[in-house]
Amino acid sequence: MHDFEQWESFEGVLWKREINVRDFVQKNYKPYDGDESFLSGPTDATDKLWGELQKLQKEEHAKGGVLDMDTDVVSTLTSHKPGYISEELKDLEKIVGLQTDKPLKRAFMPFGGIRMAEQACTNNGYTPSPELHKIFTEYSRTHSDQVFSAYTPEMKKCRHAHVVTGLPDTYGRGRIVGDYRRVALYGIDFLISEKKKDFDNCGDGTMLDEVIRQREELAMQIKALEGMKKMAEMYGFDISQPAKNAREAVQWLYFGYLAAIKTQNGAAMSVGRVSTFLDIYIQRDLDSGDLTESEAQELIDHFVLKLRMVKFARITTYNLLFSGDPVWATLEVGGIGMDGRSMVTKNDYRFLHTLENMGPFPEPNLTILYSSKLPESFKKYCAYISVKTSSVQYENDDIMKPVWGDDYSICCCVSATQTGKEMQFFGARCNLAKCLLYAINGGIDEKLFEQIGPKYAPITSEYLDYDEVKEKYIKMMDWLAGVYVNALNLIHYMHDKYYYEAAEMALIDTDVRRTFATGIAGFSHVIDSLSAIKYAKVKTIRNENGIVIDYAVEGDFPKYGNDDDRADEIGIWVLKTFLTMVKKHHTYRNSEPSTSILTITSNVVYGESTGATPDGRKAGAPFAPGANPSYGAEQNGLLSSLNSLAKIPYEWALDGISNTQTISPDALGHDDTERVNNLVQVMDGYFDQGAHHLNVNVFGVEKLIDCMEHPEKEEYANFTIRVSGYAVKFINLTRKQQLDVIARTCHKLI
Amino acid sequence: MRYNYSQGTIKGRVHSLESFGLVDGPGVRYVVFLQGCALRCKYCHNPETWAGSGGSLWTAKQLFDKVYRFKNYWRDNGGITVSGGEPLLQIDFLTEFFSLAKSRNIHTAIDTAGQPFCSDEKWLEKFSRLMELTDLVILDIKEWSSEKHKALTGMGNDNIKEMAVWLSDHGKDMWIRHVLVPNLTDGEDDLKNMSEFISTLKTVKKVEILPYHVFGVPKWEKLGIKYELNDTNVPTPEQIARAEELLNIKKEREN
Repeated sequence: MHDFEQWESFEGVLWKREINVRDFVQKNYKPYDGDESFLSGPTDATDKLWGELQKLQKEEHAKGGVLDMDTDVVSTLTSHKPGYISEELKDLEKIVGLQTDKPLKRAFMPFGGIRMAEQACTNNGYTPSPELHKIFTEYSRTHSDQVFSAYTPEMKKCRHAHVVTGLPDTYGRGRIVGDYRRVALYGIDFLISEKKKDFDNCGDGTMLDEVIRQREELAMQIKALEGMKKMAEMYGFDISQPAKNAREAVQWLYFGYLAAIKTQNGAAMSVGRVSTFLDIYIQRDLDSGDLTESEAQELIDHFVLKLRMVKFARITTYNLLFSGDPVWATLEVGGIGMDGRSMVTKNDYRFLHTLENMGPFPEPNLTILYSSKLPESFKKYCAYISVKTSSVQYENDDIMKPVWGDDYSICCCVSATQTGKEMQFFGARCNLAKCLLYAINGGIDEKLFEQIGPKYAPITSEYLDYDEVKEKYIKMMDWLAGVYVNALNLIHYMHDKYYYEAAEMALIDTDVRRTFATGIAGFSHVIDSLSAIKYAKVKTIRNENGIVIDYAVEGDFPKYGNDDDRADEIGIWVLKTFLTMVKKHHTYRNSEPSTSILTITSNVVYGESTGATPDGRKAGAPFAPGANPSYGAEQNGLLSSLNSLAKIPYEWALDGISNTQTISPDALGHDDTERVNNLVQVMDGYFDQGAHHLNVNVFGVEKLIDCMEHPEKEEYANFTIRVSGYAVKFINLTRKQQLDVIARTCHKLI
Repeated sequence: MRYNYSQGTIKGRVHSLESFGLVDGPGVRYVVFLQGCALRCKYCHNPETWAGSGGSLWTAKQLFDKVYRFKNYWRDNGGITVSGGEPLLQIDFLTEFFSLAKSRNIHTAIDTAGQPFCSDEKWLEKFSRLMELTDLVILDIKEWSSEKHKALTGMGNDNIKEMAVWLSDHGKDMWIRHVLVPNLTDGEDDLKNMSEFISTLKTVKKVEILPYHVFGVPKWEKLGIKYELNDTNVPTPEQIARAEELLNIKKEREN
């Protein structure tokens, strides 16, 4: 058993014998059920640094979204000399470390795909280095190029028609959360020694594919751990040993995360469940008098400042999918332990309080692991932060805990992953609305008029018959699931090979559980379309070649989002049918298939490339985001809509069910106290039914319209809203996306 | 969208549903507005609920199944409130609906102006049965004197006062409400008399002033009915304070 002096006064033994951060947390954290009155405001240093950062961010916005960019340095753990928010203020930074040598300067990351890295430069007016071009095209290979070299013609067609979409074949797959707490608790040397043991015990000497691959990966992980030490050394820190106090714990942990974002540009780069863990260190220092509350808050504020600065170089089309420059630096607070104790600590308050100390901001993607059984005062503080900032999201701990335990992190928007024990193969999503149109048109794309799907018999009748459509839809979905899963298998094979996440995987158990996260887009439109066909009359409108290009709905039909089983049951059927088909197929590295109902902001782009649907949605109109009901479909108020969402079985969508709602402040109550109490009551009622997720926005449409028309107003500089699964500054959305957000239902009626 | 749930035995005529009512009873309420009312209050903000026709037809079971889906939002203090229109006009339906609610231990309230109350033995029998299933009666007293009540609503209020006494005698909890319209329902003597009357009732848990508002006026225009109070203003905070004083509303009564 190891016993570092840095561990003095910490309880427990299991976590000292082997890497087990959960055990450390459970043995040492102190639940807090008081209110927010202990919190401290920002220090002068915080005000100065945040002021400086805001200046830089305004400059960045004025320059069209990118402040500065690397063109001739490949980002590695040690490629850049230390960077600070500003040279003059660097002594004020309690937590240090930037992705590059300058604030908000975006690194050059070619391993995901040299062409994308170069395009990101040219899209933003920079010229990429010809030398690097030569290296990464002539001497070496990158992820994206290799994926495209191996794709089948069918996969390329499906991608081109957007029936499978958003695939991580041109960018890093992300969604792997290293257990960054390990760096603080154990120090790098211990982690290396543990990985070396794994390396020594990997395989019995027979060099099977899997054994060779694992040995290679372990070697890369060990190298990454060595690199982290060097990276920290450049900033003047020795992280070979465990952190000895709160400041070191935050700093060590952040170095772990920094290693990830210096080497990977995944779509989602989550921080994980770090709040309760860090509270243990802070509480120890508070108890010994080595730290004041104001200093504790400052540490968290400065850590969050760093998370507000994470940037990646992206290509224009990427920004259309995931708009507003998100990085999903998702960070969790709240939750309840397996033993029934609340895991809320003072630090959970401190993280939420950063939104008051430094104002609303999209990152980190603060996520509350919610349960009606959390302390009342904490629930109220969360609701208060929602009412004030619309910057946080809620996920149901009661339904996630039985599946993932009490030490899971959220690895993107809504997807849970056991911290340090799991990794995920992110799979973007299938456009199931388009798939329905393929079923009707016999595999011919309704926008391209090309044969994309298999040439099954199309529907030839004028009016659609429910049983006929359903039968053809099942067949078409079965085909699509196959192409989709296999495209993902190919992508992840290449990603492991050419863009392996060594730094993150070094902080995850060698014996890792892998999940295979598929996804669904167009969910509400499929439900309402099938409902229209079943309960109303849907007439097909064909072009001169007999392709159905539009639909006329005659009569009324139940719509998803009104707590009406007739519609909602169709949704459950769609989900179960799709996942069952996915599960028929082999998934890469024997990963466990799951699915999500989540679109992020890509609902606009997916809708654009999809023809009219039988629910009355016009060709090219945006999809509803995530698992949201369609715009205008919710006719019975917020709670009925929430009840519909709550029926979707989480067990069948373990990768998450995203729901974004906007409530007018007046509908929520006359004053803030009433709003807070009512919001808590609404969320208790929603989550107690087993619903999974809720993005809460509290503002009226008028504010959005004013912000769209007057983005220059000071009050809108950091005006943050929740979109499907993340938060975004409204001014950073494209006009089309702004209009889409404005068009969504704002509940004036609960 | 409204569906016609028309199977079943007794059918209720429902005007509309509100899933998150915060004022009509304790806690969060699911509020069912029934269709039909015999009063014609000059300030009515829901004149579209007057007609005895229209609305949608539901069996008690259908309505209960719908409402019960919202139980998670009620926590330990909310429940169901049936308002209107005048809920007592559909007493058979209401009784069936509340017996379902009570079988699941749900807090039940009715929001009524008491107009259908009568001492007819058969009706009283039905009413007592309903009261066994009702936890709270929110009783609107529109005016104190019967003549003024008649001028305001088209009907006198002797039976409404009788109902209040009946509820008091039978130990049924009440909230008393009064809509305050300046220069119409704010006579000093009337309010004093009303206050005195209320003080004789044993089960009043709360007395509330509902300040007159004009949000319902466009509905009158839409229905093509002449609105007589166009020159009436909403009460000022001072007027409300005065009425509260006259009604002896200082704090929540014993609970």
